[in-house]
Amino acid sequence: MSRVFAPLAFVAVALFAIAPIIVSHAPYEQTMGLVQKVFYYHVPSAMLMFISAFVCGIASAVFLFKRSAGADRVAVAAGELVVLFGMIVLVTGPLWARKAWGVWWEWDARLTSSLLLWMIFLAYLLVRRYGGPGSEKLAGAMALFGMANVPFVYVSVNYWRTIHPKTSVVMTLGPGMRSAFWFCAVSFGVLYVLLLTLRRRLEDQQAQVERLYLALED
Amino acid sequence: MKRRLVTVMILVLAVGGLAIAGQPPGTPAPQDGFVPVNSLPQAEQLPAAPLLIAAYAFVWAAVLVYVWLLWRRMARVERELAELSRRVQTR
Repeated sequence: MSRVFAPLAFVAVALFAIAPIIVSHAPYEQTMGLVQKVFYYHVPSAMLMFISAFVCGIASAVFLFKRSAGADRVAVAAGELVVLFGMIVLVTGPLWARKAWGVWWEWDARLTSSLLLWMIFLAYLLVRRYGGPGSEKLAGAMALFGMANVPFVYVSVNYWRTIHPKTSVVMTLGPGMRSAFWFCAVSFGVLYVLLLTLRRRLEDQQAQVERLYLALED
Repeated sequence: MKRRLVTVMILVLAVGGLAIAGQPPGTPAPQDGFVPVNSLPQAEQLPAAPLLIAAYAFVWAAVLVYVWLLWRRMARVERELAELSRRVQTR
């Protein structure tokens, strides 16, 4: 395992342990009160869902056009993380919405498009798992389609009539909220790098197992 | 031709019927007046803390479960790798 893995894991755990303390000291939001603090985990998870969709899409493009097996393994790892962080977004969002909007869910542009993005990458994983030989290319094309959806999901709150807060919220945070938010964003970022590294390593080892099986057959 | 026309008409009527049935119920009769209260009834007050705690707990649980599943898969693959390496070497 890489020499940086253990320190990275330690940093990720430490940041996550400290994050709730930082969040508890952040000021309350005037209209939403306590429940607004879901923001500090919900938004970084959404950011990582988008970033991971891009990583998966770009790695899939490299695999499709340059036939790079290494890129394909990165794509699988990133695809799983889109589903993981997407699931976090789709659960923490309704918990926040129940108090802030009075409903668990609204079929508005941001929520619906986020759910569709998550489902595209869930389908990506299902195709990889059950598609049989050669399904990597079909899955790669799906990942490109999923990546192309990310900008639409992001700008949906600015261009469509939606109940969801706009993208300007993050850039206009007050000092107390801003530091807590970016602390959580960095914590999630370190966690993401760690999980991607681990998952990529698993794919590398599985590829090695397959090569050894082939060597035994020869 | 006549049979196809009848089939299309039945489908259109069925879809139309479903659309009409799916309409929200008629609006209730308007109130005569509003009744003021000093605070919301207990049933209307939704505490935020359980929702916030549930959200944070879910994030931690999701990450920990994923890491645990990853660790299990890696352990299994590493065992398989060690076994296969041994078999290739002893061949």
